[in-house]
Amino acid sequence: MANNLGLTVKPVTTTSPEEEARVAAWIDTQDYREKNFARQALVVNPVHACQPLGAELCAHGFEGTLPFVHGSQGCASYYRSTLNRHFREPAPAVSDAMTEDGAVFGGQANLHEGLENAVALYKPKMIAVFTSCMPEVIGDDLTAFLKNARNKGTLPKDLPTPYANTPSFKGTHITGYDNMLTAILQNLTEGKKVEGRCTGKLNFIPGFDANTGNYREYKRIFDAFGIPATILADITETFDSPNDGTYRLYPGGTPLLEAGDSVNGKATLTVGPYATAKAFAWIKEAYAGRHASLGMPMGIGRTDDFLMKLAELFDRPVPDALRAERGRAVDAMTDAQQYMHGKKFAVYGDPDQLLGYVAFLLEMGAVPRHVLCSRGSKKLEKELELLLQSSPFGAQAQIWMNRDLWHLRSLVMTDPVDAVIGDTHGKFLARDAKIPLFRFGFPVFDRVNKHRSPIIGYQGVINMLSEICNRFLEIKDDTCEERFFEMMR
Amino acid sequence: MADEVEVKKVEGITKESTQEMIDEALEAYPEKGRKKRAPHLAPNDPSACSTCVKSNRKTVPGVMSARGCAYAGAKGVVWGPIRDMAHISHGPVGCGWYSWGTRRNLMTGKNGVTQFGMQMTSDFQEKDIVYGGDKKLATLLAETHQLFPLAKGISILSECPVGLIGDDINAVAKKSSQELDLPIVPCSCEGFRGVSQSLGHHISNDTIRDYIIGTREFAEPAGPYDVALIGDYNIGGDVWAAKDLLAEIGLNVKATWTGDGEMDKIAATHQVKLNLIHCYRSMNYMCRVMEEKYGIPWLEFNFFGPTKIRESLRKIAEKFDDRIKENVERVIAKWDVEMKKVVEEYRPRLEGKKVMLYVGGLRPRHTVGAYEDLGMVVIGAGYEFAHSDDYERTMPELPEATVIYDDASEHELEHFVQKLKPDLIGSGIKEKYLFQKMGLPFRQMHSWDYSGPYHAYQGFPVFARDIDLAVNSPTWKLVKSPF
Repeated sequence: MANNLGLTVKPVTTTSPEEEARVAAWIDTQDYREKNFARQALVVNPVHACQPLGAELCAHGFEGTLPFVHGSQGCASYYRSTLNRHFREPAPAVSDAMTEDGAVFGGQANLHEGLENAVALYKPKMIAVFTSCMPEVIGDDLTAFLKNARNKGTLPKDLPTPYANTPSFKGTHITGYDNMLTAILQNLTEGKKVEGRCTGKLNFIPGFDANTGNYREYKRIFDAFGIPATILADITETFDSPNDGTYRLYPGGTPLLEAGDSVNGKATLTVGPYATAKAFAWIKEAYAGRHASLGMPMGIGRTDDFLMKLAELFDRPVPDALRAERGRAVDAMTDAQQYMHGKKFAVYGDPDQLLGYVAFLLEMGAVPRHVLCSRGSKKLEKELELLLQSSPFGAQAQIWMNRDLWHLRSLVMTDPVDAVIGDTHGKFLARDAKIPLFRFGFPVFDRVNKHRSPIIGYQGVINMLSEICNRFLEIKDDTCEERFFEMMR
Repeated sequence: MADEVEVKKVEGITKESTQEMIDEALEAYPEKGRKKRAPHLAPNDPSACSTCVKSNRKTVPGVMSARGCAYAGAKGVVWGPIRDMAHISHGPVGCGWYSWGTRRNLMTGKNGVTQFGMQMTSDFQEKDIVYGGDKKLATLLAETHQLFPLAKGISILSECPVGLIGDDINAVAKKSSQELDLPIVPCSCEGFRGVSQSLGHHISNDTIRDYIIGTREFAEPAGPYDVALIGDYNIGGDVWAAKDLLAEIGLNVKATWTGDGEMDKIAATHQVKLNLIHCYRSMNYMCRVMEEKYGIPWLEFNFFGPTKIRESLRKIAEKFDDRIKENVERVIAKWDVEMKKVVEEYRPRLEGKKVMLYVGGLRPRHTVGAYEDLGMVVIGAGYEFAHSDDYERTMPELPEATVIYDDASEHELEHFVQKLKPDLIGSGIKEKYLFQKMGLPFRQMHSWDYSGPYHAYQGFPVFARDIDLAVNSPTWKLVKSPF
């Protein structure tokens, strides 16, 4: 019997248990690791998503804003589902549902019809438009399309409609976040800069951070300082809104007027230098006030830097309450250091978080053995190297740029570690290596409330070390011999 | 299906009241949008309503739709669950990443050795868009074979850019197939094709027909009870529950499509005696092909809830001899005892509760009986990606004048829910938290809300427990604060 592949008809075969066992053993070996690392084209279990996901997260951080995907509806469904699953919250967004005819004739008709429907149905205060692959490949001109929409009257003249090109074949979700943030700020601040005006406020830019607890923690720190702050973009309420029997389409976000006025801020601070590189570069040109870029405040040293930067920018001392908090965090670290000291970790994630994990581990006397980013740059590699060189505990570290979780599996099987830090997708390799996975990244699909527990600031240090140390203690209790099972640990 | 119509009614729901509710929901649309959406919404007429809602049309731009795309149908539904093949998401990273492990089609085997529930992608970069990805694809296929030598085949599932830039995945697949002596199936399921994931099912079925079916033969001689289980994707273990029941009545399930599926066995399905199909929408094409080409009859069945299971088992038995018929009666009698206990436990807590459904595939009709077994009534149903034959099968299952919605927007669903105040909503992840914020009990009926199985006798107690925990959770009473 012929078939389209020109292969002969064969009997149904089953893999023998011996063969299965042989291959199962082989994929854990050094030989396999070498073959695995030699691959050029295949990517298996990457740690990055595509640009529009980040663009949508960013858009959700602004008041009354409807994220609008110019492209296929399937893409929009994917981004929404991913955000739904991580936050366990609604993620209202629309697409203009481009199909084959869009591919042939361009997406202008879809965009115009979509804007008209979206405005009527969802009454947004702002529509943030971003693209998926299709319009990028065919070269749709959003500038012209949106201008035409305003001229036609399908788009109200006074409705802000920033747009960003977010091709999925370039960069990652953090690039998309950056592109959308830049577009939104450019749009909202246009013509708002007033010579001599100062809002007295801090513009704070967290970057792609899917931990709502972090946002609340930042706000608490600003309150302690008495620093009025505008968070660009603020997803706190959007993705952690109360359940009181009322569904709100737009439960939170940075007020648009405030975002527009951010151009007259006293200072602008980003803690996502990798996730907001483009936005911050533009802000440095366009915004009044002082500008500063720091790493995510994870671990004591980086939190210290963060607080000192706030103190410097606003010329006020670090409040006593935070000084005491620091002391408590350090106390928790000294109390618990014995449980993490010398323990080896594999860590992976987005650049900003990755640096934070490494800094925290080094402070605890833990050993970051494998540090992996599936879309990392030379700049990130250099920064990681410097960070690791700053501590004797960094001496054993190996940095893996542009590698994926199937590479990491080979690494932890041939060069074992005690634990993994990363997102949910690492659970398979952690299980194979019989070690715990500490879920601090994005997405976390398989645990509840991880996004509500901050990992930044001194409180974040306490949260991270409690989770890690207590799990190690649990493992000890679960696995130790009866005669070593004791009350005190 | 339509031969045993018993018209059900729900107090307070009339054709007029439902139409009025639909008209109100449509008011918010601009004229063009309203005109497009109106034909997709209607009160149910169980006897004569094969075309009372329009379906399988383009989604209206700018509305919040739950629909996916052809790629989602191909990767997430049909090809992805085949456990012993490597499935390549060919194109940029996102589509594969979002669909990675999110449809819960469980698999046996060892991950990365004999089972490949992982994300494999060509992770297209700008240069691949400019210069084309065919060369990269050929390299990638060889690497896949080298690193995953026990994979029985490879599928290439193309994402939007691959089709737009005109890559020839067919040629690459053919050449690599021969070089590697491995079935490599090119599936042009770019997301922009068609109007929903449904076309992805169809395209995938066509590729299974063209590249897989007939390429393998079972080593053992054919038996009179050889069947294939078609259109079950093993969400939360559904296939395992269904397979056990079919085995219990004496049938020999030779292949499962495609939940926990094995390439070789799927490829030899043309040798079975009967195809049993659960999800008609995604796989009817293949049943028709095997009927026409190999003379294999097929039968639709429904394994949700004891009433439908009983009916289905008897229908299946009709296709076989007395031995199977006797087995079926014995199995029904045995399980009826168990099922009675389940119903007795949960029915008093669920009696009269109203349900609204908005899902895909088969669930808006297949699960109606299971709710009714628990004393509940379904007062609204609709599909994300159905065709008119699905609605023909759905209308008789639902009470008269209840609301039917095709490719409903969230605006419409929200309006219907506000009006009808159901006690439970069964829909997807994108709808879940919206309705929970309204304080309404919800179950994700695509994924069983991380529970399952729901199919067959093993599944019904799980279903009943889950529906009870959703509807009767004390947490809902806390939503309104006392101050």
